[in-house]
Amino acid sequence: MSPQAPPAMSEVSQAFCILFIFLLPLALAGLALINTGLSRLRSAAHSMMATLCVVGVAAAAYFVTGFAWEGYPGLASHTLSIFGKEWSWLGAGRFFLRGVPLDGSCASLATLLQLLSVGLAAVIPLGAAAERWRLRACCLSTALLAGITYPLFAHWVWGGGWLANLGSNYGLGLGFLDAGGSSTIHAVGGLTALSIVWLLGPRRGKYNLEGMPAALPGHNTVLVLFGCLLALVGWMGLNAAGSILFAGVPPGRTVLVAANTLLSAAGAVLAAAAITRYRFGKPDASLSANGWVCGLVASSAGCAFVPPAAALLIGLVAGALVTFTVAWMEAHLGLDDPAGAVSVHALGGIWGILAVGLFPRTAALAAVPSMASPAMAPSGQMLAQIVGVATLVGFVLPFTYSLNWLLNRFYPQRIPPEEERQGADLYELGAGAYPEFMTHTDEFSQW
Amino acid sequence: MKITGLLLMPAGWFIVLAALVLLRAFLAQDLFIAAGIGVEILGLVLFTRSHLMAKRGNE
Repeated sequence: MSPQAPPAMSEVSQAFCILFIFLLPLALAGLALINTGLSRLRSAAHSMMATLCVVGVAAAAYFVTGFAWEGYPGLASHTLSIFGKEWSWLGAGRFFLRGVPLDGSCASLATLLQLLSVGLAAVIPLGAAAERWRLRACCLSTALLAGITYPLFAHWVWGGGWLANLGSNYGLGLGFLDAGGSSTIHAVGGLTALSIVWLLGPRRGKYNLEGMPAALPGHNTVLVLFGCLLALVGWMGLNAAGSILFAGVPPGRTVLVAANTLLSAAGAVLAAAAITRYRFGKPDASLSANGWVCGLVASSAGCAFVPPAAALLIGLVAGALVTFTVAWMEAHLGLDDPAGAVSVHALGGIWGILAVGLFPRTAALAAVPSMASPAMAPSGQMLAQIVGVATLVGFVLPFTYSLNWLLNRFYPQRIPPEEERQGADLYELGAGAYPEFMTHTDEFSQW
Repeated sequence: MKITGLLLMPAGWFIVLAALVLLRAFLAQDLFIAAGIGVEILGLVLFTRSHLMAKRGNE
C-alpha cells in the first residue's frame, strides 16, 4: 500500500467541477435517447427502462466496491514491486465509500463524477444488445462491469495506477493520458458491448440464410438526433470535470476543453454526413448521429492536451472511421449492433487514446504543473498510449467476455425467440411504448 | 479456436508488459511491444472467426 497526501484543489476549481459534474446526466439522457431511437418500436420502452435500471445498478455497484478498488492518486493502493519499480494495480480503500469524506475534496468529487460516469459506461452495451437482452441480465452484467471491470481499469488510469505512472517509472512521456474517459468509460463500455453482442448473437431476421444482413431501421430518428444534442452538453461537463480532476487543469482552461469537444463532434458529423452523401446519394441520419457521438468519444482523451485544430482533425477521422466500420462489422463480422456502439465507443475511444500521442500538446498547457514536462518525448507518449490500448485489447476484452460468459452459463441473457418476436416491451414490461399508435407496417409479424 | 483466441489476447498483453519491465533499449522495447500487439490481434482475429463460424453453423 502507498498512502500519500491527496492533491489539493482551490474552492473555485471545486465549484466549477461540481457544476460540470451536474451536466453529466445529460450525456446519459442523450445516449438513452440514441439507443431507444435506433431500436425498433417493439422494444422502445424496454430500452429506456433498461437505461434507468442500469444506471441505478451501476451507481450502487460502484458505491459498494467500485471506488474502493479504483481509489484516487494519493489514496492507499495495493502495489507490486517489479525490478525496483512500484506497480499500483488495485485501490485499497474500504467498501461502501467508508473513509471517503464527501466534502468537496478531489477524491470526493472524483467519486461523484464516477457514480455517474460508470453509468455512462454501462449504458453503452444496451445500444449494442438492443431488443434481445433480458432486463435482469442487463442489471447483473452491469453489476460486474461497475463493480469489477471498470474500477480495475480506471484505477490503472485515473487512480494513480501503473498505466498513469508509465512516465515516472519507464520514461514514457507523461504516462498514459486520458482526461475525459475515452478509455476508462468508452472503450471499456464498447468492449463490453462487443462481448455481449458475441454472446447474444444477432436479432432474429437480421441475417438471411446466406448470411447477408437485412436493414432493421430504428423507429425514431428525431429521438436519435435530439439525443446527440443533449449528449454534447453532457460531454462538455464530463470532459471539463475529468480534465480538472484527472489532469490537474485549472478551471480557466476548460474553455479549451469545451471548444475541443465541440470541434471534434463537428468534424465527425460533417465527415460522416459528407461520406454517406457521397456513398448513398443522401446524408444518412443515423450514421451521422453515430459520427457525432464518435467525435465526442474521441475528443475525451485529448480534450485538455491538444490544440483546437487537432481536435477538429480527430473528429474528422472519427466520423470517417465510424461510417465505414459500422457497415463492415455488420456485413463481415456478423455483429448485429443496432446503435453502432462497438464502432462508436470501442473504436472511437481507441482512436481518441492514440490521438493524444499523435498530436503535440497545446502550448497553453505548459503552464499547468502536472502537464509541464520538458523531458517528454513525443514517441514516449505514443508508446504509453499504445500500452494502454494493448491493455484494453489484451486484458479488458477477454476479462469482460469471460465474466459475461460465466454469467450467461448461470443465467441465459437472451430473450427467448418467440418472445423476441413479440418484442421486449410486451415480454418484459407487459405493454408497448406507444399503446395508442396504429402500426401500419408488418413490423410485429417480422422476424 | 475460440479458447486459443481468448488466451492469445492476454498472452500478447504479457509480452507488452514484459517488454516494458525487462528491456531498456528503445528499439528492442518497441519491437517487443509491436510483437505483443501482433499476438493480441491474432487472438482477436481467431476469436472473431470462431464466432463467425458458430453463427454460420446456427444458420
